[in-house]
Amino acid sequence: MTRLHFTRRGVMKTGAATGAGLALPIIFTGAAWAQEQGFTNAPTGDTVTLGFNVPQTGPYADEGADELRAFELAVEHLNGEGDGGMLQTFSSKALDGAGIMGKRVEFVTGDTQTKSDAARAAAQSMIQKDGAVMISGGSSSGVAVAVQGLCQDAGVIFMSGLTHSNDTTGKDKKANGFRHFFNAYMSAAAMAPVLESLYGTDRRAYHLTADYTWGWTQQESIAAATEALGWETVENVLTPLAATDFSSYIAPVLNSGADVLVLNHYGGNMVNSLTNAVQFGLKQAQANGKDFQIVVPLYSELMARGAGESIAGIPGSQNWDWKLENERGSRYIGTNAFVQSFGEKYGFPPSQAAHTCYAQTLLYADAVTRAGSFNPCAVVEALEDFEFDGLGNGPTLYRGSDHQCFKDVVVVRGKENPENEFDLVEIVEVTPTEAVTYEPDHPMFAGGELGECNPGA
Amino acid sequence: MTDRTDYTPAAATPPSRRAARDTILGLTKQDFSLLLVVIALAMLAPFLLNPFPSNSAMAQFNAGYPDLMQRFVIFGIFAIGFNILFGLTGYLSFGHAAFLGVGSYSCVWMFKLLGYNVLPGILLSIVVSGLFALLIGYVSLRRSGIYFSILTLAFAQMSFALAYSVLSNPAFNLTNGETGLQVYTSDPQWLQGDGPRAPHLFGLAMRETETLSIGAWNFQFNAGYYLCAVIMVVCFYLSVRLFRSPFGMMLRAVKSNQQRLNYTGVNARPYTLAAFVISGMYAGLAGGLLSAMDPLAGAERMQWTASGEVVLMTILGGAGTLIGPVLGAGFIKYFENIFSKINESTLHAWFSFLPDGLEDALVAIVYPFVGKGWHLTLGLLFMLVVIFLPGGLVQGGNKMATIFRRDRKGGGVEDDAATQRQAGE
Repeated sequence: MTRLHFTRRGVMKTGAATGAGLALPIIFTGAAWAQEQGFTNAPTGDTVTLGFNVPQTGPYADEGADELRAFELAVEHLNGEGDGGMLQTFSSKALDGAGIMGKRVEFVTGDTQTKSDAARAAAQSMIQKDGAVMISGGSSSGVAVAVQGLCQDAGVIFMSGLTHSNDTTGKDKKANGFRHFFNAYMSAAAMAPVLESLYGTDRRAYHLTADYTWGWTQQESIAAATEALGWETVENVLTPLAATDFSSYIAPVLNSGADVLVLNHYGGNMVNSLTNAVQFGLKQAQANGKDFQIVVPLYSELMARGAGESIAGIPGSQNWDWKLENERGSRYIGTNAFVQSFGEKYGFPPSQAAHTCYAQTLLYADAVTRAGSFNPCAVVEALEDFEFDGLGNGPTLYRGSDHQCFKDVVVVRGKENPENEFDLVEIVEVTPTEAVTYEPDHPMFAGGELGECNPGA
Repeated sequence: MTDRTDYTPAAATPPSRRAARDTILGLTKQDFSLLLVVIALAMLAPFLLNPFPSNSAMAQFNAGYPDLMQRFVIFGIFAIGFNILFGLTGYLSFGHAAFLGVGSYSCVWMFKLLGYNVLPGILLSIVVSGLFALLIGYVSLRRSGIYFSILTLAFAQMSFALAYSVLSNPAFNLTNGETGLQVYTSDPQWLQGDGPRAPHLFGLAMRETETLSIGAWNFQFNAGYYLCAVIMVVCFYLSVRLFRSPFGMMLRAVKSNQQRLNYTGVNARPYTLAAFVISGMYAGLAGGLLSAMDPLAGAERMQWTASGEVVLMTILGGAGTLIGPVLGAGFIKYFENIFSKINESTLHAWFSFLPDGLEDALVAIVYPFVGKGWHLTLGLLFMLVVIFLPGGLVQGGNKMATIFRRDRKGGGVEDDAATQRQAGE
């Protein structure tokens, strides 16, 4: 027979020991929390909370820091502080600088660490704990897709930041998610005419591709676009994402019969592979009786800074550039207003990641105001097929069938003699919207469904 | 607790052991108290983790929201499992994240093929990670010490690379690469029927949350959390039984001196392999639960940083102790999710009562340690713990307890393990 030493006193002692330090001052006031019903995190009181989820640590921390600066600036402008930035040039005049629908805008931030898990955890805490009604940010497609799916399930709006993979508004598109940034297909479509005029139609391309989702969609897009010009794709070599030394991948390029090297790399990968390629003398090399060329489809100022002198003369594409209005005229109105208020606050020009995040925040606030509700379904309706101007990209359409923005794409190349560290690229061409527009059911984007908008609770 | 439930399992233990000591559910009184503490902590977590009113400035430090509570217990399970291997046998595996990842993928595949009921997914994740652990353990356990660690690390990184790119090519897409494996509307889901379109247990959706509002406090009770918490308690109970069993004693023998064991004619490998597989199954279960709470499995769950994290959790809490790993898991997850969210404007709001110059100075001093600097704070705390409390947080708890106890000589619940670990260092 078991002898129980489990006395009442023993139980109470153990209980008291653990509970004592954690005892809760619970005050019963009887007043239940008054919550407006109908959708997740309906804002009560005189404030509304937005969640900015950016990589603060990890390989894209630089992009993340710049995105966060832009978010803070956008919130400032929405609340009527500062000089108003692009609010003055934005074609929709619904926003008046008194927050969103009279509610002062507050924000919470999180660290995605460029990992889907951490990003979803941070987004969850914004939704479940801080009551965020919109999540924005992200600096990589994997993270954007992961957080977009989460927001769809939770019933909040996701305004993605820097995400370039076709999948974000392709096979992984969601009704509650919106992308202002351009994508791999648009990069390729914008670059093709420029590549033709620079290097002609008789070229043989060798691709080095980062071995993950974004790399593949980028390679697929650029190969299709260049083959349409008459180029030949000699070989596509997949490189591991973690690779830091690309010498062994570069070495065979010269003997492969190719005369163009396409680097489908981003971030640190691109900086390293380009540096290796230049060290191997590819820029001065001759092949098939032509000058050897290097192409980097997706450019960013931060990568250009990392690659230093190697970047000179190398073409690539961008969503936006801070010199756009100065060089290409008032079609790109808004650019200077944004660059000025960003520059005044932080002392240097914004990157394209900052620009897209700023624009996304304004677009969300504007959609809420026009819809007259924070309900995600009302916001989705207000954003779908919304045409606007004055956010720095010229006339833009938020297409309803896949929630992708359609606007001009900037093709740039590295400057030969940059004057300062912020002015590393020159604008070669701005490819008009029509040239980069595609059908929603284009094979590279097929397979997904937008589904129904989800207001959550 | 009725006599009946106390009696039945106790009767199942061999008569010799029953006679030797008083047991409840096969546990000694001390262990049973510990189990009760764990049960109380797990069940009352929504209250314990939300000590501040939701509109106060301190609400920043509340951790009582479903997602984080789920992570606490799930990583608790992961760490308990890891502790069975590391705490008992001393074999330091640097590749345990591989099993976490395998478990996650198995569970999501069940969602894709069968439907959103979590049960098949969780069961499959345990089975698959067990088999995977058998394979890796069979090879890795041929070596010990640092060679074993490196072998497991190599296997885990290999799994990561496979999941990240090799197994996600369009022709054979097992893991969906960087984007992470998720459920699409086009998936077959043969047994889905009319169930909820989100992970559920026989109709009870995992994300179902009841909010209890008392004054300014909001307490969230989440179905998924309670499922995880119950499983964690069961896992904890099993690990206590294992620690106290003859098998556990044999594992301790492996840790203290494997050579002597070999000379006495005992082949240690079956024991270590069993421990490795059990520990792998715990990790797989944790992975399965992660997917069951949030149906997306990413490859970075397998990365070496994730393997390192569980090692940190176990050491921080106290390797070889029963409750230590759970505490360590909670500690690290708390920092990752709460401290990383404190940004510059939050700090300004806190110190706004000070004069401007002083406010800016204070913010400048504190800022590097919060927000993106949370790693730094965690690292400093980890160093402090390792230097001053080699037995982990459990040792710290015991020290505190001794100060307040009337009879200073009385031993705490986990004294043995904590001191043993100190000696082992």
